Amino acid sequence: MTLAEVVLGAAFTGLVAYALFGGADFGGGVWDLLAGGTERGRAVRDRIERSIGPVWEANHVWLIFVFVVLWTGFSRAFAAAVTTLYIPLTLAALGMIARGAAFAYRKSVGTPGMQRFFGAAFALSSLLTPFFLGAVVGGVASGRVPPGIAEGDVVRSWVNPTSLLGGTLAVLVCAYLAAVFLCGDARRDGEHDLAEAFRLRALLTAAVTGAVGLAGIAVLRADAPVLFDGLTGRGLPVVLLSVAAGLAALGLLLVRRYTVARIASALAVTAILAGWAVGQYPYVLLPELTVDEAATGRTTLVALLTALSAGMLVLLPALVYLYVLFQRPADHRDRPGACH
Amino acid sequence: MLALEFLAGTAENLYPARMQMALSLGWHIVFACFGIAFPAIVVFTEWRGHRRDDAVLTALAHKWAKAMGVLFAAGAVSGTLLSFEMGILWPGLMGRFGEVFGFPFVLEGFAFFVEAIFVGVYLFGWNRLSPRAHMLSALPMVAAGIVGAFCVVSANAWMNNPTGFRLDEQGNVVDARPWAAMFGPSTWAQFVHMWLAAFMVTGFLIASVYAVGMLRGRRDHYHRAGLLIPLTVAAIITPVQIGVGDWIANVVADNQPAKLAAMEAQYETTAGAGLSIGGVYRDNELHYAVEIPYALSLLIHHDPDGVVLGLEEFPAGERPPVNVVHLAYNTMVGIGTALLGLAAWFGLVWWRRRRLPHTAWFLRAVAVSGVAAVVAMEAGWITTEVGRQPWIVYGILRTADAVSPAPGLGWGLVAVVGVYTVLTTFTVVVLRRLARDRATLAPQEGQR
Ligand code: HDD
Ligand code: HEM
Ligand code: HEM
Repeated sequence: MTLAEVVLGAAFTGLVAYALFGGADFGGGVWDLLAGGTERGRAVRDRIERSIGPVWEANHVWLIFVFVVLWTGFSRAFAAAVTTLYIPLTLAALGMIARGAAFAYRKSVGTPGMQRFFGAAFALSSLLTPFFLGAVVGGVASGRVPPGIAEGDVVRSWVNPTSLLGGTLAVLVCAYLAAVFLCGDARRDGEHDLAEAFRLRALLTAAVTGAVGLAGIAVLRADAPVLFDGLTGRGLPVVLLSVAAGLAALGLLLVRRYTVARIASALAVTAILAGWAVGQYPYVLLPELTVDEAATGRTTLVALLTALSAGMLVLLPALVYLYVLFQRPADHRDRPGACH
Repeated sequence: MLALEFLAGTAENLYPARMQMALSLGWHIVFACFGIAFPAIVVFTEWRGHRRDDAVLTALAHKWAKAMGVLFAAGAVSGTLLSFEMGILWPGLMGRFGEVFGFPFVLEGFAFFVEAIFVGVYLFGWNRLSPRAHMLSALPMVAAGIVGAFCVVSANAWMNNPTGFRLDEQGNVVDARPWAAMFGPSTWAQFVHMWLAAFMVTGFLIASVYAVGMLRGRRDHYHRAGLLIPLTVAAIITPVQIGVGDWIANVVADNQPAKLAAMEAQYETTAGAGLSIGGVYRDNELHYAVEIPYALSLLIHHDPDGVVLGLEEFPAGERPPVNVVHLAYNTMVGIGTALLGLAAWFGLVWWRRRRLPHTAWFLRAVAVSGVAAVVAMEAGWITTEVGRQPWIVYGILRTADAVSPAPGLGWGLVAVVGVYTVLTTFTVVVLRRLARDRATLAPQEGQR
């Protein structure tokens, strides 16, 4: 492995983390959208809110992480991709603003009308943002981003069959992950009805995702032949792993083994992304810019790698602490000024 | 018509892109200030409340912690937009120099990650951690605020004084040294000035909220403490900030003489230059200004006869827009001086009598000090950023050459103006509600 590949691998790992944590987070919003009227959907919405409240900000820093590593380590390819794909990216960024603000504020506003408005903004942007991000991936994966600044078609680079597939899959995967994660959370807090409801949702989305994935093969074959060849050639083992993990997750959901089902689901999603990476290797921008050509100077890559290693030493324990703390119920010690 | 024009292509993208960047940054920076300074103030208050067993202080700390949660959310989402915009709007900058100055943003990414995690821990853990563990969980936020601010500001300082690379004959970057690029001549002065500004903005703004409350007759312990703690912080920092202002002005004089000339609206290179306040710059001359003789040479060179370079030294195409820079600079310094007066008033009365000045005028002054500090900080940034024009990387890359040529880019400005108008309105609504009602929850607190 070259130095450049290691750095790109780190950015890719960040992307996987974003897909898993940020994805589950977006998916929560999708289920919020589909939860039904104010009264009927209340239990589901409360559950989602409690599950993502303390972690939603941290979940989204992963994307920032991917960005900054790419613009430092692969500056020109980064500039090419974001300028050609600036429309879906801007829309995704605005979606993140709407979503974050609506989620943060809706608890703090009084009138039901305002709460409903924020709720709708939150839910809708949870659906649209992953769609646009998936469309961006589709644009890159189908080789529609030439290596110069804004050289690609700013519309057709993301309005095309592969992008449509990418966007749809992104939304489905988010919804699926959220449902699986929420099953476990609900059961932990003794909300067995909700756990059952999310289990059903997880099973349904898994089936739909699988079907779309299968249909997607035909789309890629027609629209992104290079990626298709990679996926069916070198990438085949990874694709098969993804299928196996997905089936395992289904089985585990059926027998209500939620914790292991989470792991299997995460593995399946990771494998889908890895399939994309393996499929387009060694190119950063299909069909010609390779990883090593796109990388910046050695000093910068070494600095990046140093910073990433040191940073992870700080970050990982902190993240684990957050997620562990967050699984712990409140003990309501009586502090003056506490509001409960 | 204007709208159609700027949708047409490259050159037309420049103006909307600059405005979009300025709006997004100007919005974000207010919340970034809270991210830097608020954790320290909140945990200090919590600690005092705990030490003295003072339920009022603890309640104050909890209220502030919730406000911090809301402000942090606003800072995080606006920061996310910024990281998109850096690439979308300025590919000429990021594509060519990303390997030189993109690096501090990576470190910043970690700092914000840590901050986001511990904001979650701190708020969610309010009733779940022991007081000691809870207070300790605030320290990573304080540290991350410092590191994060240093990193971003160092990226900006690099744009002002680029170092840490060489250009070959074709203008390609060779030999990029990202660590060196972080420590250019402007970095330390800019960082310290910004860090102190964050404490001034946060301190005066919070104090001003309670000053308004006291003016309405609520003079209980809660309101007095809510005014005293942040005001003390801000009042101690103000004189230091003015000293640092002198330092940073000297750094600008040494490294960016065209910016300094624009700040002072000085056309001719002059020995024994006077300091001009206000006025309108037209046809290479400043009209209607008040001038303090020799003051500029004294400030810059600590010598009344020192020579200050004027705009005439620079080709017309390399001069920044003078009026904006001069006015913004005067605004910052003027407000800084006024806040120094307020701090001195407060400090003197407190030192002699151990109480706040009795007059309502004092409370009125504190009530406007928060907005004034924000204006000073925005004006400072406008000085820095507009004063660098026409360069995005001083002396090396023009802003016009860095902007994206993508068609339709101008709509981004329209969208961002719309989104920020709505967002600002709601942020104010939510914070006001949070201020009135104790049961309202912050976004990171998990339960009802
Ligand atoms: C509360 C905020 C505040 C206050 C009271 C002051 N400043 Fe300031 N100033 C800032 C907040 C600020 C800032 C927003 O933080 C800037 C923008 C960029 C930077 O690093 O700091 C800044 C920039 C800035 C610059 C431009 C630096 C550059 O372009 O590199 C100069 C020369 C000064 N300041 C000088 C002063 C002086 C002489 C002050 C004395 C009264 C002063 N500032 C008060
Ligand atoms: C430290 C982080 C910052 C970075 C990296 C940064 C970067 C940039 C960039 C890339 C541009 C566009 C190119 C240019 O016009 O030169 C810009 C312009 C601008 N920024 Fe900043 N900026 C920072 C902080 C701020 C803040 C906090 C403000 C607050 C108001 C601000 C105000 C502006 C303005 C007014 C412009 C437009 C200048 C003009 O074109 O006339 N900047 N900045
Ligand atoms: C002087 C300029 C700046 C300062 C001092 C600053 C400081 C901060 C701080 C302290 C935070 C933590 C969140 C909060 O407290 O609200 C934050 C958030 C953020 N900032 Fe800035 N920032 C500046 C400019 C920029 C620029 C130019 C960018 C992007 C290119 C940026 C990107 C971000 C991002 C992505 C976040 C969100 C991280 C999270 O999710 O917590 N900031 N900023």
